[in-house]
Amino acid sequence: MTDRDEPLLHAQGLVRRYATRRGLFGRVTEVRAVDGVSLTLRRGRTLGLVGESGCGKSTTGRMVLGLEVPDEGGVAFRNDRMPPPGTPEWRRLRARMAMVYQDPLGALDRRLTIGAQIAEPLEIHGLGTPADRPARVGALLRDVGLRADHAARYPHELSGGQRQRAVLARALATGPDLLVCDEPISALDVSIQAQVMNLLSEVQARTGVAILFISHDLRAVRQMSHRVAVMYLGRVVEEGEPDAVLHAPAHPYAQALVSAIPHPGRTGGRIVLTGDPPNPAARPAGCAFHPRCAQAAALCARATPELKRRAADGRLVACHVAHGEVAPGDGMASRPIPAREPA
Amino acid sequence: MLRFLLIRLARALLTLALVVTFAFVVLRLSGDPALLIMSADAPPEAIAAFRAAWGLNDPLWQQYLRYFNAIFRGDLGQSMRDGRPAIELVAERVPATLALTIPALLIKIGLGIPAGVYAALHRNSFADRAVMLLAVAGFTVPSFVLGLLLVLVFAVTLGWLPSGGQESWRHAVLPVITLGIGGAAVLARFTRSAMLEVLGQPYMRTALAKGVPWSVAVRRHALPNAAIPTVTIVGFMMGSLLAGAVVVESVFSWPGVGRLLVVAVANRDLAVVQCILLLVAATMVMANLLVDLLYGVLDPRLRLSATGGAA
Repeated sequence: MTDRDEPLLHAQGLVRRYATRRGLFGRVTEVRAVDGVSLTLRRGRTLGLVGESGCGKSTTGRMVLGLEVPDEGGVAFRNDRMPPPGTPEWRRLRARMAMVYQDPLGALDRRLTIGAQIAEPLEIHGLGTPADRPARVGALLRDVGLRADHAARYPHELSGGQRQRAVLARALATGPDLLVCDEPISALDVSIQAQVMNLLSEVQARTGVAILFISHDLRAVRQMSHRVAVMYLGRVVEEGEPDAVLHAPAHPYAQALVSAIPHPGRTGGRIVLTGDPPNPAARPAGCAFHPRCAQAAALCARATPELKRRAADGRLVACHVAHGEVAPGDGMASRPIPAREPA
Repeated sequence: MLRFLLIRLARALLTLALVVTFAFVVLRLSGDPALLIMSADAPPEAIAAFRAAWGLNDPLWQQYLRYFNAIFRGDLGQSMRDGRPAIELVAERVPATLALTIPALLIKIGLGIPAGVYAALHRNSFADRAVMLLAVAGFTVPSFVLGLLLVLVFAVTLGWLPSGGQESWRHAVLPVITLGIGGAAVLARFTRSAMLEVLGQPYMRTALAKGVPWSVAVRRHALPNAAIPTVTIVGFMMGSLLAGAVVVESVFSWPGVGRLLVVAVANRDLAVVQCILLLVAATMVMANLLVDLLYGVLDPRLRLSATGGAA
C-alpha cells in the first residue's frame, strides 16, 4: 500500500451537460447536470456526497468511475488520466473500482446464482484459476457476513440486507481501490441500514478501500464519512469535516438541510425552504440557490459565488453571505429575513 | 415437480370441459340444427325424423349429458352433413393447416426476434426506427388485406405465384408469408421492449461497470432475461397453430381446419364445430403448459426446487 496522503482520485472541474427537448418540436435546451465539481479522495477514506434528487450526485459518481465522460474537466485515478470508455486500459481499470447501487435486487441478475455473479468479475479480469474460484467466492461471502453456501442461492432467496451484502461481495471481488456507493442503504430497513454501514466501515478498515458515499441521508453520511461535500444544482456549495459541516453549516442550503434532520423532542426551529425546487434546465442566474435563500442579497442574483476557503475557519463554502462579502438580505426589497418556524 | 404437473393437467382438463360446454350452449342458442340442415321448406315428417334420429327432441340437459359422456369415451360424434365421424373430417384437414402455420411460426421467430433484439441494441438509430415502422405496419394491416395485396402483386401482376389452392409448395408461399409477417411484427415489438427493459437494469450497468464487454453482457445477462416475456408470446403463437389461419385459409382457398370451421359453423354442423373447438382449445392449453415449464427453466424464481430456500 502506498502513501495514504497521496490522493487516490482527483476530479477537477467536472462538467456534464445533457441536451433535452421539450415535446416533439420543442427547442433543445441544455441541462447542466454537473457544473464544475472538483473532488479529492484518499486511500482508506470516505467522502460523503450529499444533496437532493437531481442535484448531480449520481452523475458525478458515474464520471468519477469513468462510466460517463465529462464534457469539461477530468478525472485522475492514481495520478493517471481516466482512459476513454471501452479501451483495454479502461477495461483493466474496472477491476480497480466498483460501484454499489441503491436497489440490490435490481443489481443482481435473477437467473444466476449469487456465486456465479460474484465470480463474474474474477472471470472477466482473469483473476485466479477456475478451480480456486469457488473457494474465493466463499471467502468473499464470509467477508461480508454471509455463509459460503449462500453462493448456490438465487437473489430472490435472500433477504434485502443479504442481497446488499452479496452485491458488496461482488463489488469487492477484484479487490478494488475505490468503491462508489450510490444511495447504498436507502432501499433497506433502518435496522439493516446500520448493519450495511458497519460492514462498509469494517471492509474499509480491513482493505483500505476509498469510498465515495452518495446519499441524501445526512446522518448516514455523518457516520460514514471523513469528509462531506454538499451539492446543489450541479455544484458543490460546501465541503469540510462532517462534524463541522453538519453541526455548524456555513452555506444557507446546508443549514436548511441540517435543520431538516428530525430530532426527538424538538419542536419547530426548522428552516423551511420556499420557492421552486431546483430545476437544472432552468438554472437561476448568480447563485443557483438565491431564489430559495432567506439570506439572499442583491449580489447573489448577479454573481455566482466561488467555492473557496473562508478566512475565519478555513471552511470551503460557496456563498457571498457566508464569506461576509455582503450582509444578509442587503439590497433586497422587503424580504423577511427569518424564515424559521417559531420555536 | 410431479405435483405441479398434475395440478396443471387437472386445470387443463377443466378448461377443456368449459370450452365444450360453451360450444354446446352457443351453438344451441343460435338456431335449430334440424331446420338449418334440412332447410326450412323440407317436409315436416322429414324434419321430425331427423330430430328423432339425432336425439334433438330430448330435453337439452339430456342431450348435453349424452354429448359430454360420449366425448369422455373419445367419441366426438358424427357430422350431421355426411354422417362421417367428425374427428376423421377434422384430422384429414390438420396436415394442410400445419403446412401453413408451422413455416409461418418459424418465420415469426426467425424474423421477429432478431429484428427486435437488433432494434433494441441500436436504439433510436435509423435501423431501429425502420424496424419499428415496419413492425407497426405489419401488425396494423389485417391479414385479409395483406393476403389480397400479396395476391394482387405476386399472382395477378407479376404472375410468379398461384393465388389460391393447394397443389404444390408454391401455393403455400403467399399464405405462409401473410401469416408470418403479422406475427413477426408483434414479436419484434415485444422482443424490443423486453430487451430495452433489461438493458436498463442495474445488473446490466453493474456488469458493464465491472468491465464485462458489451457483447458478453448482452449474451449473458440481457438475452436470457428478455427471453422470459418473449416466450409468453411465442407460446401464444404456438397455441394458435391450428386455429390461427381461419382468415388466411379462406383468402387463399386453402383446405385446412380453418376453412372447415367456417363451413361447419355456417351449416350448424355441431359435431364438427365442437370437435374443432376441442382440438384448438387442447393445443392452446398444451402450449400454455409448455410455456409454464419453460418459465421454470428460464426463471429460477418460478422453479420449484426440492431444496427450497430462505423466505
